[in-house]
Amino acid sequence: MEKDIVNIGKSVVIKGELNGSEDLTIEGHVEGTIQLRDHVLTIGPNGRIKAQVFAKSVIVLGEVTGNVTASEKVDIRDNGSVDGDIIAPRVAIAEGAHFRGSVDMQRKGAPPKAETKPATVPAPQAAGPPVPQAAAPAQRVGA
Amino acid sequence: MGLLDRLAPRRPDADAFEKAPAPTVDSVFATKALRKFLASLVASPSPVLIDLGPVVGANISFLGEELGCKIFVEDLFADLDRHVREGRFERFADFLKARFRQASASVDGILCWDFIDYLDKAAALALAGELTRILRREGALLGFFGTAQPREGGYSKYLIVNEVTLKRRPYPAARGRQAILLNRDIIRLFPGLRVSDSFLLQNNLREILFRKPG
Repeated sequence: MEKDIVNIGKSVVIKGELNGSEDLTIEGHVEGTIQLRDHVLTIGPNGRIKAQVFAKSVIVLGEVTGNVTASEKVDIRDNGSVDGDIIAPRVAIAEGAHFRGSVDMQRKGAPPKAETKPATVPAPQAAGPPVPQAAAPAQRVGA
Repeated sequence: MGLLDRLAPRRPDADAFEKAPAPTVDSVFATKALRKFLASLVASPSPVLIDLGPVVGANISFLGEELGCKIFVEDLFADLDRHVREGRFERFADFLKARFRQASASVDGILCWDFIDYLDKAAALALAGELTRILRREGALLGFFGTAQPREGGYSKYLIVNEVTLKRRPYPAARGRQAILLNRDIIRLFPGLRVSDSFLLQNNLREILFRKPG
């Protein structure tokens, strides 16, 4: 059985919330929120994302600004770029990749620390990832 | 020579920049302090680490899988390079004082690598103060300090091969290593920490593991 993969092309710009139940490749621009809870999100070499991302796995070959949460793995390939915080049990960052932020690979079930949570105050001259404003209605991919 | 005077820059930055070498081959060496650093963190179920070096995917994978930790990658070498190239190094100490967004006593471990070797006195003191502030009680800080001027210039990436082996990969830098620090100078940089272990390696690198008293 052939697996469905949806592609958002280079000329496409989406602002808002993106939900899907298929694997998705983005070559265009997306701002807002992307949720593919049980599927693979690939940010292609031309993809430019300013969004909070939630997916099973995330492969980054383009640029992501925002926090990335994956239930399985985040893979930043050569020339891929992530400015934001990553939460995933497995993270791979290639030699030529750019990354600025934190990586949280804390094991599930580990008790949260009352004191260890770093302050969320943004650092001067070390801008954190912007929080996208998902004002537009949700757009379902491949529905 | 007074306290920390050895940290005063003796090499013009421009000179170091012009002589920035092409990347050379990696050198592999045994580390004694890394295992102790990791051992100090395993007691914590979900430790928080800060890596002051450039992002190294292999290190993140290793530390994440070994410790199940949260890692902040704060590439101070890139910050230093930017300040030097833009001619703003004199402001670097002030920059460091405001650089860390982590709350006080919120971090279990700090991988400082050999960053202090590239600083002047003011910047080193500013950094040491901030690292001491964010480190929690019983937290650990691992620092490397040169005991001889290296043959090649530039910064070094340290890649964790395993808990007793590191790989050193030089890369071009805008600022060379500054003066070599003596043990007492290093210890005086961190008055709020105590030296837990100190090792002099065959490659002239001194590994020092600091702990914050409980």
